[in-house]
Amino acid sequence: MANLIVIAEQRDGELRETSLETIAALTSIKQADDKLAVAIIAADPQAHVQALSVDGVDEVVAVKATDDFQPDLTEAVIVELAKERKPSVIAVAHGVDAWSFAPAAAVKLDSGLATDVMGLKVEDGELVATRAGYAEKVLVDIDFPEKETVLLTVRTNVFEPAAGSGSPEVTEMAPPEADVATTHEGWKPPADAGGIDIGGAEFILSIGRGVGDESNVEEFQELAENMGATLGCSRPIADNGWLPKAHQVGQSGQLAANCKLYIAMGVSGSVQHQWGMKHVENIVAVNTDPEASIFSIARYGIVGDMFEIAEELENHF
Amino acid sequence: MKILVTVKQVAALDDEFELRDDGRDVDEDFFEEDLNEFDHYSVEEALLIKEAAGDDAEVVIVTVGNEDTDDALRTALAKGADRGIRIWDESLADADGIAVAKVLAKVVEREKPDMVFTGAQSADFGSAVTGMALAGLLGWPHAAVVCNLEYSPGSDTATLRRELEGGLEEIMTVRCPAVLSIQLGINEPRYASLRGIKQAKQKPVDELTLDDLGLAADGVTSASRVRRMYAPEKGQAELITGSAAEQATRLAEIIKELRGM
Ligand SMILES: Cc1cc2nc3c(=O)[nH]c(=O)nc-3n(C[C@H](O)[C@H](O)[C@H](O)COP(=O)(O)OP(=O)(O)OC[C@H]3O[C@@H](n4cnc5c(N)ncnc54)[C@H](O)[C@@H]3O)c2cc1C
Ligand SMILES: Nc1ncnc2c1ncn2[C@@H]1O[C@H](COP(=O)(O)O)[C@@H](O)[C@H]1O
Repeated sequence: MANLIVIAEQRDGELRETSLETIAALTSIKQADDKLAVAIIAADPQAHVQALSVDGVDEVVAVKATDDFQPDLTEAVIVELAKERKPSVIAVAHGVDAWSFAPAAAVKLDSGLATDVMGLKVEDGELVATRAGYAEKVLVDIDFPEKETVLLTVRTNVFEPAAGSGSPEVTEMAPPEADVATTHEGWKPPADAGGIDIGGAEFILSIGRGVGDESNVEEFQELAENMGATLGCSRPIADNGWLPKAHQVGQSGQLAANCKLYIAMGVSGSVQHQWGMKHVENIVAVNTDPEASIFSIARYGIVGDMFEIAEELENHF
Repeated sequence: MKILVTVKQVAALDDEFELRDDGRDVDEDFFEEDLNEFDHYSVEEALLIKEAAGDDAEVVIVTVGNEDTDDALRTALAKGADRGIRIWDESLADADGIAVAKVLAKVVEREKPDMVFTGAQSADFGSAVTGMALAGLLGWPHAAVVCNLEYSPGSDTATLRRELEGGLEEIMTVRCPAVLSIQLGINEPRYASLRGIKQAKQKPVDELTLDDLGLAADGVTSASRVRRMYAPEKGQAELITGSAAEQATRLAEIIKELRGM
């Protein structure tokens, strides 16, 4: 029997959906006699128990502390759980919060560690995690020689969220002593969208770093208008101030939630960009690099220069 | 006052590439190497603090890598950092972020900086491990994906914003010294001037071995091992071929059909 542990997360009192995806990731490798426990740290952890009582979960560990995100506390909980239960795997979603605590917890445990894991399998009795490398152009299988415990951060939007309803045992765990060095001071909501609605748009033309220079942005703005598309962009375009942030598609920008046709020009297809658009049914990628990972999720691909394509496209609208 | 900035030379792949014979990495002939994009922002953030603080502030750049990674150090020095440290040992060839952090921890103990900045992730593997693992080893306060920072040298706290999903940001204070991983867009990184590039060649770079840091090769273990590397399955994309005019004509058809135009 092995112990598997998921660290579920809440933000400002709201359970993060990605917790259910992480549960699904571990149930995919769970053996009949393994035990899966899900820990949640919150001001009112009991409030999340029901949502976490999904198929495959044997126990919910409720840690009553605070809704504030405190990496030091999360690390202390992970260390304590590991000491107590000697788990083979501890998993958490590869969200921004985990970026703060997972590597620190891993060194404190001297555990194995793989981040942004998109696949799990067991080969000859050993856990093998798959992740991407070189800007998503290759896949890498990773193992963890001689590690009793492996900590994984699991890529979001890969595993179908665990569903169903079980009746896990609920246990309470007192928050361990932790030297908390951070204090939550408040939130800064995203800047006003100024009427740009990536979430509502059905047709998006997105430009990436391939656009090269600020002065080139305008012609794509015009093309988008002529085609009846909303202009989207990748992060560098927004970071450079070439377009307002509200145009940005991706993990730290907008989700193209209602999009039916997404044309990506000069966008490489980083995981964070894909987060906002890979679900779109009709993706067209225009990129000079035939190996760009955007092609792996596209329905139509054009290996070519975005400026030439844009110029020719103008003639049709 | 001293800020230590860790930097990494990352590899982008050529349009076509081949795997190494052992199947565990890409053949380095197909690498195009450069300073990690994220590190431009962390170096800039350190330089801005130094400039605001005046002369007795120092920005030290550290990298763990072989001599080819000197370019990354020099790039940061050319922007205005004061000196560099490069640590290398052949046993580090397969080091993951955890192993690198173990080396960096020794450098931090030696240099005793007031702050350590790392990039939020490296552009090649996107591990996002090294900085926060370093903090864990040191037992230092830490925050990842910092997109705004208010810190005055000597102060025992800093106020920062962490960039979360969907454009939401969290405002947080953190005790110092701290390890912060710096996000894209926090500032506008400068380009090195010609003069800076010339000066960088003269700036001191300490080349250290594991031994110099009191580390034994078998003490710098990784938390993971690459079993194999391979190309992902080709996507289902239907390639539109022909001249640009032909490609655009087909694309226009697709758009009009899907949009009911
Ligand atoms: C926490 C976090 C959150 C992030 N959030 C987001 C996010 O919300 N959205 C986002 O987009 N990124 C986000 N990023 C950044 C992300 O990691 C990438 O850096 C970014 O997506 C790259 O943008 P890009 O594809 O435009 O640029 P690049 O990766 O540089 O790609 C440019 C592409 O253009 C192609 N190209 C060049 N010239 C031409 C030409 N003439 N014609 C056609 N193609 C050409 C190149 O072949 C290349 O594929 C985030 C990163 C982090 C760490
Ligand atoms: N070999 C290295 N030497 C120095 N710093 C590194 C090295 N590898 C990673 N880092 C630092 O850690 C950050 C994140 O990298 P990673 O953990 O690889 O995603 C980089 O931006 C660097 O600041």
